Amino acid sequence: MKALILVGGFGTRLRPLTLTMPKPLVEFGNKRMILHQIEALAAAGVTDIVLAVNYRPEIMEKYLAEYEKQFGINITISIENEPLGTAGPLKLAEEVLRKDDTPFFVLNSDVTCEYPFKELATFHKAHGDEGTIVVTKVEEPSKYGVVVHKPNHPSRIDRFVEKPVQFVGNRINAGIYILNPSVIDRIELRPTSIEQETFPAMVKDGQLHSFDLEGFWMDVGQPKDFLTGTCLYLSSLTKKGSKELAPTTLPYVYGGNVLIDPSAKIGKNCRIGPNVTIGPNVVVGDGVRLQRCVLLENSKVKDHAWVKSTIVGWNSTVGKWARLENVTVLGDDVTIGDEIYVNGGSVLPHKTIKANVDVPAIIM
Amino acid sequence: MSLQVPYHTKANGGAGGATKAVILVGGASRGTRFRPLSLDVPKPLFDVAGHPIIWHCLTAVAKVPSIHEVYLIGYYDESVFRDFIKDAAHEFPQLTIKYLREYQALGTAGGLYHFRDIILKGRPERLFVLNSDVCCSFPLGEMLRLFEEKDAEAVIMGTRVSEDAATNFGCIVSDAHTRRVLHYVEKPESHISNLINCGVYLFATEAIFPSIRTAIKRRTDRPNRLIRYPSAENLESSFFAQQAADEDDEESEKRSEVIRLEQDILSDMADSKQFFVYETQDFWRQIKTAGSAIPANALYLQNAWQNGSPELAQPQPNHIIAPVFIHPTARVDPTAKLGPNVSIGPRAVVGAGARVKESIVLEDSEIKHDACVLYSIIGWNSRVGAWARVEGTPTPVTSHTTSIIKNGVKVQAITILGKECAVGDEVRVQNCVCLPFKELKRDVANEVIM
Repeated sequence: MKALILVGGFGTRLRPLTLTMPKPLVEFGNKRMILHQIEALAAAGVTDIVLAVNYRPEIMEKYLAEYEKQFGINITISIENEPLGTAGPLKLAEEVLRKDDTPFFVLNSDVTCEYPFKELATFHKAHGDEGTIVVTKVEEPSKYGVVVHKPNHPSRIDRFVEKPVQFVGNRINAGIYILNPSVIDRIELRPTSIEQETFPAMVKDGQLHSFDLEGFWMDVGQPKDFLTGTCLYLSSLTKKGSKELAPTTLPYVYGGNVLIDPSAKIGKNCRIGPNVTIGPNVVVGDGVRLQRCVLLENSKVKDHAWVKSTIVGWNSTVGKWARLENVTVLGDDVTIGDEIYVNGGSVLPHKTIKANVDVPAIIM
Repeated sequence: MSLQVPYHTKANGGAGGATKAVILVGGASRGTRFRPLSLDVPKPLFDVAGHPIIWHCLTAVAKVPSIHEVYLIGYYDESVFRDFIKDAAHEFPQLTIKYLREYQALGTAGGLYHFRDIILKGRPERLFVLNSDVCCSFPLGEMLRLFEEKDAEAVIMGTRVSEDAATNFGCIVSDAHTRRVLHYVEKPESHISNLINCGVYLFATEAIFPSIRTAIKRRTDRPNRLIRYPSAENLESSFFAQQAADEDDEESEKRSEVIRLEQDILSDMADSKQFFVYETQDFWRQIKTAGSAIPANALYLQNAWQNGSPELAQPQPNHIIAPVFIHPTARVDPTAKLGPNVSIGPRAVVGAGARVKESIVLEDSEIKHDACVLYSIIGWNSRVGAWARVEGTPTPVTSHTTSIIKNGVKVQAITILGKECAVGDEVRVQNCVCLPFKELKRDVANEVIM
């Protein structure tokens, strides 16, 4: 089987992290975002993966070569010279996606969930129509495009309703699809939207079905959602009884959902959790309080600091008695001085912060 | 403490040739700007750098060999200063200290005049008058020397401030060469001089009492003369509708019996007397608002440090950044980091990995482990939870104000917890004033918590 991952642009919404690293390579739950997807696709029997990008992804090539070897798969990078939207890239990658008659997966690289590729493929083959989109239930459907089914049919889609004012359902497009190669015939090589153009046409022909997603789902394209998505991911690991998580019997683990790379060092008298991810070679000092945060590789949190709802970027340092909160994001190699308070600061790479950031601000 | 140049007055040792000192302590109805701290302790007794504010005045007075008698004049209840005077009598055995209570606020000059018989008993030649609400090195010896040198009738201590700050104070115009005071205006509307009145005076007893009498007489002769002084009233209008309250005070003091040194005496003295200014190069700050206790604490600690005071804690890397005062009965964990400019009061407890900087931690309070206290006053018996952050904002060293503008709103720079307040674990309190007995369970910023 084959898959196309829609990576798109530079991931500006996830800056300042994406000023240093392309979004697919940013670690989510201590694993690069793209690896979550490649792993799940490979496990479902996918042998050919196309990454649709619209920038020169030099830095990605090294990692992708490694993953090709690791999973025994082919990864192709399909570069758009101009952004082709969400459907155009399918046409551009036609050669790979059409290499055989099997259906192919399409997924949005910003989405995290428990990818149900195997079940999705089985379901898709069973109904025999051209396409299946994964849908997830949301609490506030009025903010999204809602999927409405044909009367008396459990999965065939009747229509999409954008931002409904009246309740018509609570299932929304989760950004993961399985499509037959014939769908490519419906797409022209120009900037086009799969959601706005291709799917409505398929719906008209009764060719599109929905598949209910179990478990969590989150678009982690921006820092706030990246943190929320991490919490959901860690909760799902806890639910599955994953051995990757730090055991709650450790004295410093507080409230569970704590993921710590084995190479990280944790000081004395810390209180860590819930929902904390600590990356490789991270150093956490004594008496540090961490909750709902992500510490990326090689970062350092010094003694007695207090960190909440924050992403600490690679190689960054948080000073003693510093306090970071309210979706603070530190880019690569940022230094926060001792005793400094940062409230919702987005700090660009290589900055040193010596004065409080009292209100959310971008520190250039 | 400061370098003491031996000084002998002409009449030193001679009968009646002595100097006396008066410390003006005010009363409970004044000092409202010192709330919430003055709700529990009279401002003159509030501990700064480990000692009551008036102790610092008294220490300076005790260094002048010719002074043997000190009067505290104010309108607090008699009992207020009883313990302080008892303790001070032990510490300064050469001084006789008495509290003289005004039964109604008579004004700074009115109070002096009311107690003139007591003050003049023993015929002192000179009288120091110190306002208790200033923080400075009290260079009384230097003032006395100038007084002698110029054969003066009055010497006022002055200091230079920035031009925009000057109009909030009494302004002195002096002859640069002779240092004679030529003109004095209290809180002028326009710029007159940046040399201001520090609230510390030395008077010839023969000059000051007649001057006050003249002012009283003038007042009685022309009772309807409404003295309308230009008032750029408060240096800091603050939270407690303070301006209004102070103006009430002012109004009541304009009643006939109230005679104030600043408004009613000094400008006349500039016209008619041998009146000189001693310009100090040392630190000087007002202690008006509660927040101003923080710069005062810092200045007194630095001064004590510079003079090698044995009271201060020994500096230790990553533990004590001098100057720090720790009361002998306080308990500070060796992993906590304190200083600079920190005072820890009796029986206070500072937990493991806590950080305290530019702050006063009062009696019986507790800072739990890993908490951070910056530019704040932690009231008596208050609790700061683990990983909590109680924080004020530093003001420039040269600033004479303790409020700052944040997002267009004036807030208190120093965070103050009144008596028996509690800050929950991990809670952040920034630029807040918290009245006594409040529990803060959520993050708060830029607020007064009633």
